[in-house]
Amino acid sequence: MEILVCIRRVPDTSENEIELNAQGNDIERDELVYSVNEPDNYAVEEALQIRDRVGGSVTVVTVGNEEDDEILRRELAMGANQAVLLSDEGFDGSDGRGIATILKNFVQQGHYDLILTGVQADDGAAQVGGMLAAMLDYPFASLVNSITVEDGMLKVSREIEGGNREINEIELPCVLSIQTGINEPRYVGMRGIRQVASVPIPRIGAPDLGVEKSGVGQTAAKIRRVDYFVPVQGKGAEILHGSREENADRVLELVAANGGLK
Amino acid sequence: MVGTLSASQSADWIVSGRNLFLAIHALGITAFFYIVARRLMPLLHAQSDPRFDQPAKRIGKVLQFWLGQWKHPRYKFAGVMHILIFAGFILLALRAFSLLIVGVSPDFVMPGFSSKTGHIYDFVTDYAATVVFLCMVVAAARRIVFKPARYAVPARFGKSHTADAVFLLGLIALLMVADSAYAASHTVQLMRRGLPSEPLGFLSLAWVLQVAFGKMSLPTLSGLVASAYLTHEIAFYFLLCYRPFGIQFHVETSLFSVYFAKLTRGTVKPARWDVPDDRLDQVKSLGVKTFEDFTWKHMLDFYSCADCGRCADNCPSNAVGRPLAPRFLTIKARDYAFQRYPVFGKSHSGIALVGNVYSEDEIWSCTTCGACEEECPLLVEYIDKIVDLRRGLIDDGNVPQSLQKPLKALESRGNPYGKMEKKRAGWTKSPELQNSAKVKVLDGRDDADTLYFVDSITSYDDRMQSIGRATARILSEVGTNFGILGAGEKDSGHEVRRFGEEMLFAALRDHNTEAIKESGVERIVTADPHAYNALKHDYKDLPPVEHISQVIAREVKSGNLQLSPVADENKVYAYHDPCYLGRHNQVYDDPRTVLDAIPGLKRVEMTRSRDRSFCCGGGGLMLFYEPKEEERMGVVRVRMAAESGANVIVTACPFCMANIEDAIKVAGLEGKMSVIDLAELVDQQMIRAACPEELEVAICGGQ
Repeated sequence: MEILVCIRRVPDTSENEIELNAQGNDIERDELVYSVNEPDNYAVEEALQIRDRVGGSVTVVTVGNEEDDEILRRELAMGANQAVLLSDEGFDGSDGRGIATILKNFVQQGHYDLILTGVQADDGAAQVGGMLAAMLDYPFASLVNSITVEDGMLKVSREIEGGNREINEIELPCVLSIQTGINEPRYVGMRGIRQVASVPIPRIGAPDLGVEKSGVGQTAAKIRRVDYFVPVQGKGAEILHGSREENADRVLELVAANGGLK
Repeated sequence: MVGTLSASQSADWIVSGRNLFLAIHALGITAFFYIVARRLMPLLHAQSDPRFDQPAKRIGKVLQFWLGQWKHPRYKFAGVMHILIFAGFILLALRAFSLLIVGVSPDFVMPGFSSKTGHIYDFVTDYAATVVFLCMVVAAARRIVFKPARYAVPARFGKSHTADAVFLLGLIALLMVADSAYAASHTVQLMRRGLPSEPLGFLSLAWVLQVAFGKMSLPTLSGLVASAYLTHEIAFYFLLCYRPFGIQFHVETSLFSVYFAKLTRGTVKPARWDVPDDRLDQVKSLGVKTFEDFTWKHMLDFYSCADCGRCADNCPSNAVGRPLAPRFLTIKARDYAFQRYPVFGKSHSGIALVGNVYSEDEIWSCTTCGACEEECPLLVEYIDKIVDLRRGLIDDGNVPQSLQKPLKALESRGNPYGKMEKKRAGWTKSPELQNSAKVKVLDGRDDADTLYFVDSITSYDDRMQSIGRATARILSEVGTNFGILGAGEKDSGHEVRRFGEEMLFAALRDHNTEAIKESGVERIVTADPHAYNALKHDYKDLPPVEHISQVIAREVKSGNLQLSPVADENKVYAYHDPCYLGRHNQVYDDPRTVLDAIPGLKRVEMTRSRDRSFCCGGGGLMLFYEPKEEERMGVVRVRMAAESGANVIVTACPFCMANIEDAIKVAGLEGKMSVIDLAELVDQQMIRAACPEELEVAICGGQ
């Protein structure tokens, strides 16, 4: 099975202290460390496991610039067969629809049976997967937390209320957005990354993809970020300012006082 | 019997039996060499391991640990028994060989044993055989009746080894009886014929048998001599050839295991002896994945293990019910080797060890505390094997999810918490520290003689920062011109390496080495034993490294640092030896010297202390690992402290602090037990005489 996984590089929420910049229209980006968007990493792991079960190959792709090379290499080290960087100055500032358009053009140049994305990017809005499916006229299943390959189709499940699972059949080719927890992604060691350090990663621009620059990038974006704001302390909210121990005691007290503990 | 036989005396039975004896010799020796050759097969397919250096040091090891049986008395009863058996075997070896030769060449006398020497030797060995025989009886009774807990085999590790052990004991006992029966019957035979004979050792097994055989007829005696001889010969060769099938193989292999034993402490073997660090990314596979990935010495260890159970008996992982017992790490590998490299039939290698022989949890459960290695009478290495197996897991991406985030953070941020580099020196900014000591950051603008290497946990953990501040104040108090690397410091990588991420460790090591060299310091001090061990043993070409307890002990001894009496007379202190300060680096006395220098301090020792200290639960990445266990090591340790009568545990390691502090809560001993770091205690008790030049006298004056 030929599998394409669309990935994205995001600031790692577990390794950064996210703060707003002075203007309040973006986060402070100096000194941030980036990594593969976590759900995307699960999607790559799932693709590798499917490949190892039924054969085929796994390609990872991202829309970005040379800085995104590091996440592509990490996924190569993880075991992906190829990595492709879709990069063009004209892509900068694309909204979700722009990204989906770029990806659609890339997909149409190949023969992929299955396209995976993470359920959403840490800094995204969970829209690219669905849009990509619609543009390709492929079936789409979101929030997938298990995949079984059957003849010409897949059985996929998603979690519904109360931890139950709903199982759906979906025809190939299709697009799936992958939920974390679907598997346990393998560790990528320093050695693995070094080993793929010189593997060439093709970089494809707008002309080669056949992407009309008018449909992507800043100017085509119909969604623009206007502001970030920190929620104002409302009525009924209590902010604890004590030491760690005092805060823990106070939380315990509050939970007990409100009947949360028996 | 060396030197007591002559042709005429023994001709009557020797001649008729000669061909039979010769055949048994030939068969026995051929079989033994064949079996040993087969056993050596996997060693030929193993990884290289250069152990042929430093012969003098190695012979020293042999004299101390093999001939001197150095570790044995750590278990008094079993140890003394083993020393007796070992001494008996050494003494009897010559007697057994000459007896074997006599069967073929009746005139044979071991060179140098023709007269008096020979008689004395015989006399001594009469007793040696008796002692070994009695030891076998006692050992069998221990196995069958008393059953020490450490010999038990938990169901998850296979079947009981008792039957095999008793069978071997029985064989040795039979050999001793046959040896003595031969000596006895032969002596009676000589006396009856009126020929000169040597007296047997009074009350020895041979002497007792001699009395018993006293009234037998000459033909019966002849038959007895022949059958005792034959029994001895068959038992000898059977034992010789049977030993390589089980734990008794250590009789042959232990000498080599000890000679080739590791000569350093606190170190970890390189990922590959035959590949330099900078080329590790070019090898196909790294770490131990299949049996053949072990080094030949590690395979030899598997053969040498005598299944005495001392490692597991001292292993904290085993004590708290984690799925690891060092003993079975070895036994399972040995069983695998026997099965995959059989004495008869084709060898077939190559299956993955983890998943088939070991479980992943088994391999991640080890805290590398070193208790097993400290105890092993045969100097079997465990940590290097665990690390090699982890390297294999890492290489296959097979890492518990709970460890992946900290490893990734170590790669991108240089600390396992994913905190910002620029906040690494944040602990120095607290007003109380700024009022009492000045901590320079050696980032090129400032310089100092001494580097305080803080490491990640003390830099970032709210609680442990107090250890950092105490250390800074002590260094400042004793007049040290010191600084820290601040944002330029990365994690020492001590646990990164011991968790098998060799390449990430190398990156951290290279970064720190460069930063330290650029700082131009002449010595390094740290309050973290893990950092201490890393800088001392894992890094190369650094200025000398000391742990803060060594610095304090020196300053206390010289009188430069004075300590005030303890305020609370009800406090009883017990010092907990951190594994990487104690066992791995032999720093046992300095922390105790410091404690004893505090006037009025009452100190008790826990039963498990010094080289038998019990690990608190492990440091570094072990704090992130979620083991399968019945209880926490820290809780067990805290209870040990309570049993010793202490109500304050003093430790000298931030990880011990983290584990013990939690354990006190889990054990429900809050209010009854507390824990303090040695540096914190000294900081609290030191009489601030000197005032750092840079600081206002007014500030210091207040102390």
